[in-house]
Amino acid sequence: MSEAGMVIVGGGMAGARAIVSLRANGWQGPITLIGEETLLPYDRPPLSKAMLTDEQEPSPVYLLDDGMIASLGATFIRGSRATRIDRDARAVVLEDGRAISYDKLLIATGAKPRRLAIEGGELAYTLRDFADGDHLRNRLRSSATAAIVGGGFIGLEVAASARKLGCEVTLVEAQPRILMRGVPEEIARVVHQRHLEAGVTMEVGTALKSVDTDGILLADGRKVKAGIVVAGIGASPETALAQQAGLAIENGIACDETLRTSDPDIYASGDCCSFPHGLFGGKRIRLEAWRNATDQANVATGNMLGGSKPYVAVPWFWSDQYDLSLQIAGMPSDGTATVRRQIAEQAFVIFHLDDAGRVVGASGIGTGNSIARDVKMAEMLIAKKASPSPQTLADPSVALKALLKG
Amino acid sequence: MAQWIEACGTGDIDREDVMRFDHGGRTFAVYHSPEGEFFATDGLCTHEKVHLADGLVMDNIIECPKHNGRFDYRTGAAKGAPVCVNLKTYAVKAEDGKVFIDVA
Repeated sequence: MSEAGMVIVGGGMAGARAIVSLRANGWQGPITLIGEETLLPYDRPPLSKAMLTDEQEPSPVYLLDDGMIASLGATFIRGSRATRIDRDARAVVLEDGRAISYDKLLIATGAKPRRLAIEGGELAYTLRDFADGDHLRNRLRSSATAAIVGGGFIGLEVAASARKLGCEVTLVEAQPRILMRGVPEEIARVVHQRHLEAGVTMEVGTALKSVDTDGILLADGRKVKAGIVVAGIGASPETALAQQAGLAIENGIACDETLRTSDPDIYASGDCCSFPHGLFGGKRIRLEAWRNATDQANVATGNMLGGSKPYVAVPWFWSDQYDLSLQIAGMPSDGTATVRRQIAEQAFVIFHLDDAGRVVGASGIGTGNSIARDVKMAEMLIAKKASPSPQTLADPSVALKALLKG
Repeated sequence: MAQWIEACGTGDIDREDVMRFDHGGRTFAVYHSPEGEFFATDGLCTHEKVHLADGLVMDNIIECPKHNGRFDYRTGAAKGAPVCVNLKTYAVKAEDGKVFIDVA
């Protein structure tokens, strides 16, 4: 390969991981990471939780520091937006006109929060980066009341954080229940109940009419006063760069199972990437998850260096709200039957089985990390395409580990 | 100088499992390997200070329950993302059906 080397667009988790992984995979040529933010790559999960509630002034939880980047021999171009990809010249063009040549390119541009498409929607805060978190933190601390729009993970985590700060919180969800996407109702019910106990006003199945400077107006005409309005209504993949370059787009940058885009020299990873998942019948999916970003960057970089490994990691994510931790592995929505395993009074895991009895997903909720082990073992069962007996799965006195051996 | 503290009985931890042990304001994780040996490390993951004893032991690896950081509990060596800081390990001895760790 030429001296152009490996170029990564996007300085989030996937981008940071990619630098480390390229070197770990033996690449000795140049590596350039291009990040739109001026900060070093940092961890995003705390933005909706500890960063909002911790007493001390927040600082980013960095994934890499200058010393690590230097010792990896990588160049980090920060505070610079990539405006287009010149595929013929194999170069990424930055907003200042500089062209960065590549042999292989990784696009890890993430996803951006959706904005409320209603009157006053632009007044609602959204959460993507550290600066957003900082604004939100300051505003929540100076507001007695908060309205959260959206009963997904971001909305619920921000609601929990706002309660912890003492705000009076109203959460509005248009769907008939919270966590409609990918979370079974049994688990959503526990989360809903916990928010009620914490004193959140839960307005579920309630449509929103507009936002203004002192709150929100519901479709049924009620006004909810709020010093701050936060929208957590999902994210859309950041595909503009790929689209402009003529790459195939399908709910994200369309990749094959090796995370390669429609251009053989360009790969994608993280929230912006859609790919067919071999464990789930080759169904094309896109994941917005911390671990997916890490794992995809590992696989994509190996493939940029000549590999052809398919990405088949079991999807996994978590959410922390109050003292509860929720974890989901696999593809619960692919299940046609469920088996409940009650681990403790306040902790259970639901296994999702398909028609053939294969474990395709697991969803757990409990205090602290009480469900972590069983979800982890479920993840391994999903990867093995195992079909254990429902009786065994349901019986907490039978260790799941035995199912994995032999 | 060594400071041996009784952590638990040898029958308290199944093979290929882990148990939390708190002592003197510190928290440890005590392991029973598949081969029947005992080991001990700091109790909290080096990544985000989560109790490792809630994690899963497979062979000689403990996996953090939160972000799946992995360590070889015999040596404390970090085994990949997101952790890169090794765990501190402690000497362990099993005597008279009891497991002692040197917390010094």
